[in-house]
Amino acid sequence: MGNIIRTKRFWLVAPAVVYIGFFMAVPLLQMAYVSVLERGDYGGVNWGAFSMDAYISFIFERDLMDNLVVNTDYLQIFVRSFGLSAMTTVFALLLGFPTAFYISTQPQSRRNFLIFLVTIPFWTNILVRNYAWMLLLRNGGLIDGALNWMGLETGGLDVLYTPYAVSIGLTYTYLPFMVLPIYASLEKLDHRLVEAAFDLGADKRRAMSRVILPLAAPGIAAGCILVFIPCLGAYVTPELLGGGKFMMIANLIGSQFGAARNWPLGAGLGFVLLALVLISMMVYSFKFKSLPEESR
Amino acid sequence: MSEVVISARSVGKTFGSGADKVTALDSVSVDIFQNEFFTMLGPSGCGKTTLLRLIGGFEQATSGQILLEGKELNDLPPFKRPINTVFQSYALFPHLTVKQNITFGLEMQGISRKDAGGRADEMLELVRLAEYGDRVPSQLSGGQQQRIALARALAPAPKVLLLDEPLSALDLKLRKEMQVELKRLQTETGITFVFVTHDQEEALAMSDRIAVMQSGEILQIGAPREIYEAPTHRFVADFIGDSNFLVGDLVDGGAGKRAVKLSGGQVIALTQEVSDQRTGEVTVSVRPERLGLVAESDAGADQLTGTVSTVIYFGTDTTYQIDLGNEALLTVRMQNGSGAKADFAEGERVGITMSPDAIRVLAD
Repeated sequence: MGNIIRTKRFWLVAPAVVYIGFFMAVPLLQMAYVSVLERGDYGGVNWGAFSMDAYISFIFERDLMDNLVVNTDYLQIFVRSFGLSAMTTVFALLLGFPTAFYISTQPQSRRNFLIFLVTIPFWTNILVRNYAWMLLLRNGGLIDGALNWMGLETGGLDVLYTPYAVSIGLTYTYLPFMVLPIYASLEKLDHRLVEAAFDLGADKRRAMSRVILPLAAPGIAAGCILVFIPCLGAYVTPELLGGGKFMMIANLIGSQFGAARNWPLGAGLGFVLLALVLISMMVYSFKFKSLPEESR
Repeated sequence: MSEVVISARSVGKTFGSGADKVTALDSVSVDIFQNEFFTMLGPSGCGKTTLLRLIGGFEQATSGQILLEGKELNDLPPFKRPINTVFQSYALFPHLTVKQNITFGLEMQGISRKDAGGRADEMLELVRLAEYGDRVPSQLSGGQQQRIALARALAPAPKVLLLDEPLSALDLKLRKEMQVELKRLQTETGITFVFVTHDQEEALAMSDRIAVMQSGEILQIGAPREIYEAPTHRFVADFIGDSNFLVGDLVDGGAGKRAVKLSGGQVIALTQEVSDQRTGEVTVSVRPERLGLVAESDAGADQLTGTVSTVIYFGTDTTYQIDLGNEALLTVRMQNGSGAKADFAEGERVGITMSPDAIRVLAD
């Protein structure tokens, strides 16, 4: 009887399994296959001709004598992307934690409204939002204009098309992903624990560092992951706010499938990124798996 | 009389404003002494927890003063008060071990980690959980968490320990055990305990003094025996134990004493001093176990008489409902096997005996 019910219940999840299985696993396997093939001369690949060139050329290139020499160009883009994503994550955390903390201290009815406000940017297309940032940041744009109007001779802000512009744009885009999980963990936090900390002689600063932050740590970690990983894969924002001058991993991958006509390298780079993300996820789950459950 | 530790002077607390304004405390004054087990007893919403939170510093008084050893506390935040709290839900830090929970308060006082560790071991010994230092709170039972909460609050050696219904989440057997435990801890540490509860039995069993509260006011403060045997208000008599209430007129009882004349004409002499200013109708209370029954034929002329309407046998004692006529009912509880004749049948006419000091005239 129980088995029959379990079997029947499986049909509830079957459509999702088929959908993900087909539309995610199959293309993923296809890309894995592509990454170990020889590149075609005019794009595409030579099916059936295997080669590890894609992974080799991630670090090496062949010089004129056909010797392998180290080429750090791609590696630099990876490092730069990780650095920029980390910077963005820190910005988002610095902005997001106080916001989430403030919201969690508000009365219930007000909280729902504030959370609703946090999600409003999602209503607008990401392309539109990035163009809006271009209008804000460009020389002679709104911010530049306002500064000049206030009498600060900026001589042009020169922020647009720099890594900073990209980070500003990414922080803006992914801030809700930081606020929401932190808010969720702060909202669950029993206010009496904070009172207990005060009662035992902890001032506000120490109640924050000894009780609130440790208990919000899973939310903070989740928020950081939710910001960091999409940042690594960001395509539109570096393209527009970085002006193509500042390339991130996704732009590099895109160019391999496009202009560079090197599909195996594009696919290979994708898998290197995937591997790095999986490793960081494993570190996270290892670190926070053993967190004690809430009492009671 | 020992020294006053906590003194509340005309303390008032209101929540909200305008139409939503709620008065939680209405000008409450009370002195709590050194080494005392002081209990604030009352139904939910009577203001007992509010008063506790005011002493702890978690709420700000709207009016009045709270003094600790004569120094005003009102503006001190909780972390600057030498007062610790055992919370109703224990509020143990889930991310810290039992021992880290206990050393938390000590470290906040700037005590070195080593000394704090030693003190924590002493505390664990005191609450008889020496083996549990390395566990986290979620691995402990409710009763054990309770003890750790006590150890944590006692570790910094506060001047006053506040306990906010700490036993309400425990089952009956554990609660009885913890009552004894709390009393022992209070005696051993010599710290003043201020205990909040709505359980009258708990209050009677543990307290040196009890303050009975209702609607933001303290009605009566006294030792458990005093509260039980000489309640001053109908609410107190009703809330603590069972009581009979009778209405009559105050009359002169002779020999400088007063008496109460019931509507049936019977006169009950009073030993209680009642101010000459009071006249007219009053309510008196009497505990069921302070009443006795005799056969109507043995009753004196001035004695109350009635008809037995219900008999309930409880083993150790028997409870009789006596119909006095005029829709007045009186409950009499007689111990079985005490030698007195204690088997009256339903419908039987009986006389009611009572000792004059059992009759208390209540405040209006």
